Amino acid sequence: MAKKTPEINASSMADVAFLLLIFFLVATTMDIDSGLNRVLPPWSEEQSEAPDIKERNLMLVHVNKYDQIAVQGELVQVNQLKDRAKEWVLNRNNDKNLPEKKEENIDLIGKHAVSQGVISLQNDRGTSYEMYIKVQNELTRAFNEIRDELSKAHFGKLFNDLEKEQQDAIAKAVPMKISEAEPQNIK
Amino acid sequence: MPVIRKKEKKEIGQISTSSLPDIVFMILFFFMVSTSMKETELVVKFKAPQATEIQKLENKSLVSYIYVGPPATAELRAKFGEAAKIQLNNSFSNPEQIGQFIASERDALNESDRNKMTVCLKADKDTRMGVITDIKQELRKAESYKISYAASKSVGNLK
Repeated sequence: MAKKTPEINASSMADVAFLLLIFFLVATTMDIDSGLNRVLPPWSEEQSEAPDIKERNLMLVHVNKYDQIAVQGELVQVNQLKDRAKEWVLNRNNDKNLPEKKEENIDLIGKHAVSQGVISLQNDRGTSYEMYIKVQNELTRAFNEIRDELSKAHFGKLFNDLEKEQQDAIAKAVPMKISEAEPQNIK
Repeated sequence: MPVIRKKEKKEIGQISTSSLPDIVFMILFFFMVSTSMKETELVVKFKAPQATEIQKLENKSLVSYIYVGPPATAELRAKFGEAAKIQLNNSFSNPEQIGQFIASERDALNESDRNKMTVCLKADKDTRMGVITDIKQELRKAESYKISYAASKSVGNLK
């Protein structure tokens, strides 16, 4: 006859599990990294001037060391920035001083007048990072709102809810052109 | 005459704890799946600025981190001063060391993933842009163009 194996005492199992649990609580983090994604321009040895962009296609945004913002040389507040950028990029009345538009054929959308405007963001070395991010955020928001409007008009949904191909089409119609210029000192 | 009964104390049976390990294991697995290991010990103090239009960083293995902020503890501040410092891996660094750091991070990746590498810049919100600009210049020299400015989701409107 086979011997009966005695039952293993499982009362310490809870302790072991708790120990592991506490280890994982301490040694891991839960935060998902999120932020504003940008692409830097390639490095060039000779500090070349900005590539040939027509004056009407360039919106200059300066942030000085006192965290003041100037759009095209005119002082504005952070909360005005988004609307200024939006108006400027869209150029609804085809103003001669605002950016040009180029008719392009885009899949899923068809003919669309793509704005050629580039927003150039320049900051001083003394600008605070917080203000810089705020400005970046407002500019991103301007483009996101334009994208949302176009998505609503074409697909009846917000940009984030679209399929991948539809998002690509919208992104092509509304390119997010925010350039981070060569550093220079601003008064 | 009513009979006065002696109150009998009701005994409550012992609560069975046999399912306790199961519950704890369940929580344990939840934490194992939903969290990731801490990779670096911060030697700088940083509080991310707030933004509304943030995007999540998708592939964590393709992300390298650069931290910027004032030294974290009083001892370090006494030694290195109050000004914002750059942290690469586990120690303070100069902007000139970024090129080397990027090269080593890039070497650790698969060849096919190297151009997808993103640098996540975690800077304190009170940092001056001078430091950030230096870092950006070094990144451009190191041909690492994709950058993400870490920010936390803000609730409501920015003022």
